[in-house]
Amino acid sequence: MTDRDTLGRKEIAAWLELAADALQAARDALTELDAAIGDADHGFNMDRGFQKVRSLLPTLSQQDIGSMLKSVGMALIGSVGGAAGPLYGTGFLRAAAVTSGQQELSPEAVGSMLKAMLAGIVERGRATPGAKTMVDAMTPAVEAYDRAQTTGAGLCPALQAAVDAAEEGVRATIPMQATKGRASYLGERSIGHQDPGATSCALLLKALHSAVCRGRNA
Amino acid sequence: MKKLINSPNTFVRESLEGMARAHPDLVRVHFDPTFVYRADAPVLGKVALISGGGSGHEPMHGGFVGHGMLDAACPGEVFTSPTPDQMHEAAKAVHGGAGVLFLVKNYAGDVMNFEMATELAHAEGLQIASVLVDDDVAVKDSLYTQGRRGVGATVLVEKICGAAAQKGYDLARLTTLARRAALNGRSMGMALTSCTVPAKGSPTFELGEGEMEVGIGIHGEPGRQRMPLAPADSIADMLSQAILDDPAYTRTIREWDPSTAAWKEISLVSEPLRRGDRVVAFVNSMGGTPLAELYVLYRRLDEACAGSGIHIERTLIGPYITSLEMQGASLTLLRVDDEMLGLWDAPVKTPGLRWGI
Repeated sequence: MTDRDTLGRKEIAAWLELAADALQAARDALTELDAAIGDADHGFNMDRGFQKVRSLLPTLSQQDIGSMLKSVGMALIGSVGGAAGPLYGTGFLRAAAVTSGQQELSPEAVGSMLKAMLAGIVERGRATPGAKTMVDAMTPAVEAYDRAQTTGAGLCPALQAAVDAAEEGVRATIPMQATKGRASYLGERSIGHQDPGATSCALLLKALHSAVCRGRNA
Repeated sequence: MKKLINSPNTFVRESLEGMARAHPDLVRVHFDPTFVYRADAPVLGKVALISGGGSGHEPMHGGFVGHGMLDAACPGEVFTSPTPDQMHEAAKAVHGGAGVLFLVKNYAGDVMNFEMATELAHAEGLQIASVLVDDDVAVKDSLYTQGRRGVGATVLVEKICGAAAQKGYDLARLTTLARRAALNGRSMGMALTSCTVPAKGSPTFELGEGEMEVGIGIHGEPGRQRMPLAPADSIADMLSQAILDDPAYTRTIREWDPSTAAWKEISLVSEPLRRGDRVVAFVNSMGGTPLAELYVLYRRLDEACAGSGIHIERTLIGPYITSLEMQGASLTLLRVDDEMLGLWDAPVKTPGLRWGI
């Protein structure tokens, strides 16, 4: 347990490492989800992108949080491709912009980072909630984090609330008809399938929670 | 999975290396980031025409790089949009001082990556414009979907605009032409089999012996509808009627405004095909369907057009925008005028399309 309830550079690095592990493990499962309603590449693309991020980690260790997140955004934009590359890439670049020069983030600053990330994804992809996209995991997560944080919950309970809401959001994509992205071409046939982008988004949030809260008393 | 590959991880790169070796007089390939470019690039004073998209659609786009068509093409992984650094580096490498036009197929990933590349190229001081191709009539509305996909018309638009760029159209005139050509194209496709993405190793979807998918895109994705298999004439009728009966199609897209260096939303309308219209007719194989079957489809398409008073001025028959080894076909009708027809006939010399030179 750390003395102060903050998220530091070490935890950002651990987050990225755990995210790379999680996306590697989920590679085939994400691709299967994408095969059902998309083009069967989401798992490969996310894995390729986060292995690229993993390879950058040694060079990031001396940087502030904003610089780390900016490097992650650029790496994702340059290696993921598809729609996920620009979406997550823009998300990380926006997160970088609000954490520029920071060595550690208060629970409130973590909330701002998550909000900025969501705003970047929405602006780039122009998706609204209910379109069966990663926004359907990220939006409730950001809202749940905010609710928990403003009522005085610490960092870990707030992140746990975000993960729970994201996972609930992922499940909620199953009955949705896609109106954005490649799944939208299927029309009603997209109903009944879990959205791969929402799924990878929840994995990223889960990795963040694990990185920060492992070994902490919630 | 049975494929002539060494490894899924090296497939795209090795294929591009082979193309560069096969056509050293026409194209070069740059890696890290990856783009195919004209052997004689940059052509000074000419607008550079650049397209790109996932691999697996060969010969599109890399096979259309050369005299009278594209200056560069940016291939992504199989069925995966390329990344902005690819388009940005390609633009820097091939622009001849007269600006760059991006031709973009309407897929969420392609659009977003090209948008980021547009912003990067603009920041670099390049004169930049982009035009979207979205011709797939299987997608009925744009309000509840990503909007129509860019499919067969892409090949025809690249040919027509490539000829215009070669002729010396400036960026504004070329952009206007590209938009007009794109708005006049309509396509519809179907699949008899799925295809296998090398990295995945198994077919993207399962289709029974007696079934077909109608309203497919070009990424091995399922279509709008699964139907019992029918004779070629019925399939040709279904696809051509979908195109001929397609009403006006309105969509709102984002376009880069060079004067304000920002994105603006514009509304564009595709007018339906009407009796008396002149068209280029394109029967395309999805990769696994032989030419002889395409001619069976064309035979019926020709009858359907004649019956609707549509004059087929030119034809293109063959595998030009494919989905790996998928069996299936798409039909495209692109309404042309004298200007577009002249540009269609102009000389072209690329690995995938060659005439008049």
